[in-house]
Amino acid sequence: MRLLIFIALKHLLARKRQSLVSLTGIVLGVAFFLAISSIMQGSENDFIRRLIDNSPHITISDEFRDPRVQPLEKLYGDESAVAISGVKPVTETRGIRGYQKTLSYLNTLPDVQASPVLTGQGIISFAGQETGVTFNGMIPEEIDHVSTIRQYVVEGSLERLFSNADGVLIGVGLARQLSLSLNDTISVSAQGGRVRTFKIVGLFKTGRGSYDNRQAFITLKRAQALFNRPNRINSILIKLDDPNNALIRAREIEKVVKYKSESWQEMSEDLMSTLAIRNKIMYTVVSAVLVVAALGIYNVISTVVMEKHRDIAILKSMGFPSRDIRIIFLVQGVLLGIAGNLAGIPLGMAFMKGLAQIKFRPPGAGEQISMPTSWDLQQFAIAIAFAMLASIMASFLPARKASHVQPVDILRGGL
Amino acid sequence: MLLKTDHLTRRLDEEAIPVTLVSDANVEIKEGEYVAITGPSGSGKSSLLYLLGLLDRPTSGKIFFDGRDISDLSPNDLAELRLEQMGFVFQFHFLLPEFTALENVMIPMRKLGKLSDKEIREQALSRLIELGLEEHAHKLPSQLSGGQRQRVAVARALANNPRLILADEPTGNLDTHSSQVVQDMLAHLVKVHGCSVVVVTHDPEFAKRCDRIITIVDGKIV
Repeated sequence: MRLLIFIALKHLLARKRQSLVSLTGIVLGVAFFLAISSIMQGSENDFIRRLIDNSPHITISDEFRDPRVQPLEKLYGDESAVAISGVKPVTETRGIRGYQKTLSYLNTLPDVQASPVLTGQGIISFAGQETGVTFNGMIPEEIDHVSTIRQYVVEGSLERLFSNADGVLIGVGLARQLSLSLNDTISVSAQGGRVRTFKIVGLFKTGRGSYDNRQAFITLKRAQALFNRPNRINSILIKLDDPNNALIRAREIEKVVKYKSESWQEMSEDLMSTLAIRNKIMYTVVSAVLVVAALGIYNVISTVVMEKHRDIAILKSMGFPSRDIRIIFLVQGVLLGIAGNLAGIPLGMAFMKGLAQIKFRPPGAGEQISMPTSWDLQQFAIAIAFAMLASIMASFLPARKASHVQPVDILRGGL
Repeated sequence: MLLKTDHLTRRLDEEAIPVTLVSDANVEIKEGEYVAITGPSGSGKSSLLYLLGLLDRPTSGKIFFDGRDISDLSPNDLAELRLEQMGFVFQFHFLLPEFTALENVMIPMRKLGKLSDKEIREQALSRLIELGLEEHAHKLPSQLSGGQRQRVAVARALANNPRLILADEPTGNLDTHSSQVVQDMLAHLVKVHGCSVVVVTHDPEFAKRCDRIITIVDGKIV
């Protein structure tokens, strides 16, 4: 085997320029593969991180997945011919019943942080203008457990909500729309006609228009008073230690609490499938780069085989079996693949470093962000495996052809 | 009897008009014998040599090596037999151009793999010294003269101490002096190493130096 590798190496080194060109193909292929997959993976990770950070991992809401089972159906079971028509749900105050019990159950789970929320619509009136806003009533001390709103506060502070029961946090969009500023007092009227006044204790800016224009945070107690729903909440937000478990944990929790529990994956299913498709497209494109590189290898090795017909005949007449000849040329592909990886990976890493330096301002955003890149080992493994596979496949056909050379045909021709 | 053929025939059937290269040849080569195959161009000398050297397969007939029928051996077994028992010298030197003279001689030895790397190097060098190529051991074939290359080719044929050396017009491409040197060398191999040598030549002077001459005309031994 050592001898075969030795011969293969000599063949490649004898054609330095050609070998170098095809090597460059593989090197660039590997480097581009790494760079592109790194950005794609990086931006996907970044996207999912934002998604996970800015929304609860699991949301328990005051709905049920399936309509309530009617007593008649319970009585006769599924197989009976019971038909109920014109069912009208009982009018009831909405909200999660006995949420204290649910919360105390959730708090026994080790990887879960849960906090109750009462959301409702209210209208802010200020200086003759009126705007509908979603009010999130939360326990101020628990906001940090389930929300990242703190890091978006640009004026005032979240702490002031702790001490000021009448405080409200609103988005900068809303503030601009209504010409509001910190410490202004607004009056809010809720459905049902209750009116309360709040003092603006903080302004936040998340960068998402719908959020900055239409959301406000108040304390849970005040929300319950505003919406006239004492001791009621309508959702529970949950953060998990590991957001990847959300799908399973949501199912488990729903089984116990009965209320609809949605994981972040479920809530953003469309986005997740978009990402999956994007990944497939990306791998197709970068694989194409390597396929082109493989053609370069095919080219150089089949040229070597053509030029080496005489040498192949000599080696065979000396007593090298066909298998050895095949190995000699396969090894050339493998050597090019290995060399391509050895040079391509550092180059790819340099590309990745370079890309990470690029800062840009997304349209409409205030601050510069840098290109997200991922340094996941998996990408390196895929790039290496793909380059090796491409090299071996590219050398396979010429190697097979070489092994079929009949020494007599060459010797008789007197080449 | 080292090599014996029994009604050996080789036809090229795949051509439009079938051509018989070797017809019904019965050849016997004894251990340590120096045999010349002569005949006009295109008479089938080289074809017979390739058959004897197991490079080509006969259409019909049998070949016995050392008393063993090897007509039906697999290509891999034939390759192994060639590696251990035979050495070839062709009209054109047929050295591997990327390798030095020494490396060319070492390749069959390394393929056989019976000796350590050090022993292989020493033996290959001693072969080159024996053929007067000591100072050319580390040169590439392109840096050697025609005669020198052919001598390296002989050294390579000798690499694994074969019992049979087959030479196809080894002097066909050389000037008179180099031709003499190669002829002397082949005679030397028979005498010193005791190998059998079969040489295809159309040089009658060369043929006369051999123990026996096989003449072939139109594929038939006469």
